[in-house]
Amino acid sequence: MFGLNKKDGSLLLLVVALVVFAPFLLNPFPESSGWAQFNAGYPDLMQRFVIFGIFAIGFNILFGLTGYLSFGHAAFLGVGSYAAMWMFKLFGMNVLPALALSVVTSGIFAILIGYVSLRRSGIYFSILTLAFAMMSYSLAYSVLATDMDGPDKQGLLQKGLTGGETGLQLTQSDPRIFGAQTTADGNIPVPSLFGLEMRSATELNVGDWVFTFSAGYYFSAVIMLLAFYLSIRIFRSPFGMVLRSIKSNQQRLNYTGMNPRPYMLAAFVISGMYAGLAGGLMAAMDPLAGPERMFWTASGEVVLMTILGGVGTLIGPVLGAGAIKYMENIISKINSDILHSWFAFLPDGLEDIVVTMIYPFIGKGWHLTLGIIFMLVVIFLPGGLVQGGQKLAAMVRRKKTDDTKTATTEPAE
Amino acid sequence: MSKGNLTRRGVLKTGAVAGAGLALPTYLSAQDSGFTNAPTGSTVTLGFNVPQSGPYADEGADELRAYELAVEHLNGEGDGGMLNTFSSKALQGNGILGKKVEYVTGDTQTKSDAARASAKSMIEKDGAVMITGGSSSGVAVAVQALCQEAGIIFMAGLTHSNDTTGKDKKANGFRHFFNSYMSGAALAPVLAANYGTDRKAYHLTADYNWGYTTEEAVKSSTEAMGWETVGTVLTPLTQTDFSSYITPVLQSDADVLVLNHYGGNMVNSLTNAVQFGLRDRIANGKQFEIVVPLYSRLMAKGAGANVKGIFGSTNWHWSLQDEGSKAFVKSFGTKYGFPPSQAAHTCYVQALLYADAVERAGSFAPCAVGEALKDFEFDGMGNGPTLYRGDDHQCFKDVLVVKGKENPTSEFDLLEIVEVTPVDQVTYAPDHPQFAGGQLGSCNNGA
Repeated sequence: MFGLNKKDGSLLLLVVALVVFAPFLLNPFPESSGWAQFNAGYPDLMQRFVIFGIFAIGFNILFGLTGYLSFGHAAFLGVGSYAAMWMFKLFGMNVLPALALSVVTSGIFAILIGYVSLRRSGIYFSILTLAFAMMSYSLAYSVLATDMDGPDKQGLLQKGLTGGETGLQLTQSDPRIFGAQTTADGNIPVPSLFGLEMRSATELNVGDWVFTFSAGYYFSAVIMLLAFYLSIRIFRSPFGMVLRSIKSNQQRLNYTGMNPRPYMLAAFVISGMYAGLAGGLMAAMDPLAGPERMFWTASGEVVLMTILGGVGTLIGPVLGAGAIKYMENIISKINSDILHSWFAFLPDGLEDIVVTMIYPFIGKGWHLTLGIIFMLVVIFLPGGLVQGGQKLAAMVRRKKTDDTKTATTEPAE
Repeated sequence: MSKGNLTRRGVLKTGAVAGAGLALPTYLSAQDSGFTNAPTGSTVTLGFNVPQSGPYADEGADELRAYELAVEHLNGEGDGGMLNTFSSKALQGNGILGKKVEYVTGDTQTKSDAARASAKSMIEKDGAVMITGGSSSGVAVAVQALCQEAGIIFMAGLTHSNDTTGKDKKANGFRHFFNSYMSGAALAPVLAANYGTDRKAYHLTADYNWGYTTEEAVKSSTEAMGWETVGTVLTPLTQTDFSSYITPVLQSDADVLVLNHYGGNMVNSLTNAVQFGLRDRIANGKQFEIVVPLYSRLMAKGAGANVKGIFGSTNWHWSLQDEGSKAFVKSFGTKYGFPPSQAAHTCYVQALLYADAVERAGSFAPCAVGEALKDFEFDGMGNGPTLYRGDDHQCFKDVLVVKGKENPTSEFDLLEIVEVTPVDQVTYAPDHPQFAGGQLGSCNNGA
């Protein structure tokens, strides 16, 4: 199917199914139950799942295949966001041209950074990319955020190219070529796909469950599926094979007369464009681009996602992205009141002890929980969550074959 | 490579599933209330979006305490606090419009992205009908824009930048806290009276939106008094050691240092400045002075003895003796055992003002609430007679000029009020150059 072998084809189908039914799968608990806290099926978080999925898939093309650890990938995410915002401000509110400009701009950016950084490998490459990303961050935060209009004009560039700490936002005076400056009711128009507003959503009430279907989510999901399909094709292509050989032994590749640098640059640029696409989508879902998107912690996050899910696997990065975003948005919202209500059935003293013991791991302590899970995964499942899944599947399969073996061999005795 | 096999049965199956999928939307229920997250049951959910981690976590914790207290009072528990002194008597202590008030909390982390994500989750997942809180102007501006898009009322917490109700003002956003311009206008006369009109000022400014507007405001008001500005230097928000920024001050011919810093920034920069002996310095034949435009008790506590005698401005202080302040300090102190900060005060007042506006409007719809808050005049909330100006959704009230106390009697008694600057002196036209360039737009009820 689509030029994929059977295994990849069924993987793609699995991802399609997961993505299409995500509003149901992520909302397993009824609204009125205490477990509703753990529901993740609201538009903003589902959009984040797929957008960061794209980001991690792209990162995996570089890190998973060539083994080059870029520590500044968030810079491309930020560049993509700013590009999309400027497209909204100057061109029109349709998301497609905005995404196109995000991808192109971040691609150009990746060529520049990649051309310099790829002259070194290993830790030096990581540090170079980190340095470039932090430079981009400072530029966006401060240098490019000064008033470029002159003191008394209140024009387009009154907050510079990037808007500084507050971020780049839409205003009512944006000189848009296509589409109105303001809507009929006097508000700023929202990003849309040929009139379908990204933030529009419909709700389905089934008993005590509420499922939300958001246009923005399904749009991002389609883009993510395309990105996922493209990454499968890259993984299975001769190009992907060269990238793998760079990872396994670059020296030998040199001796065979092959120059790996163009391949590496290509991989770097492709993965930068993926990040730009993700950044553009973020701006399309929520029209604001802030510099902290480029901060080094954001770059570190995508490394975590990829390793947590499984480096070099196809679906791993998507799972990792989902796991981290879930914890960031769900675990971090549990506060001590909620804990007390959960353990209210325990005797008073015991309740307080249990709550005190769990408290450091929830709310703002979600980083601690993430850290522990990350350590456990790295120590016991070096292949990430994907390896965990494979182990489980193998266990089930072994049991099955054992059963059939005993069933068939016994009568013979 | 596998080939897809088209069979008659397969095609029929796919067709049936696709047909069912397309038909599904006709069963979906639309929101028919006319605005986002209309409360349906016997409760109403408010969203408290405060920094629980990051540089302003202290302020955030105090804001959350104030909100919990406000919810208690709105639901008729506790002693009622400012409900008893508030000039509007619409609130009955039976919730809002008879609905019991519940709340959800989020962590802004003092980052625009994180703050928007937590606000979005409160709106989309928890059904919050109003978002309030925050301790940074960048966050306030970002969340305000989000609420405008989503059709939710935003009651800003501690945000002091001019832009919140200036260049970035929004119809669905309201601010009770004062702003940079007001600080400058209130401080300048006091500074001129104490330090003279012939001074040379050097500014260290936090490198973000609030820093810029505060620098601009203080600069223009002091220059109008005859001061000269000899240097302005931006410092990164994440800076913790300011030694390298203080040395150039010693080499300049400045005799006043203005620290446009807040929170941990100000604690560190002031401490560094004192360590470098700036306060004992004689420059141009005059005693060297330090000014901190925006003061808070939490900062004064962090900087310790270094704040003694240093001038600044503040929105509110717990030692005020009007009925509203006394009632609030009493119920806050009873519940938590210490007096509230200015962040707690503004958040508490904002929650009450919102509830009161809903009650008076008879509806939770953002446009109705906005209409009720517009040009609303009230009293009894600790700042004297106050006006919520309709042109920019900014509150106009007296501003306090304070000074670090020389002989503090307790760990909370760190600031003394030097002057209560009357509201007329800090009022400006809505199109003042420091605020021009934004449009309020029209209110948005959402879907």
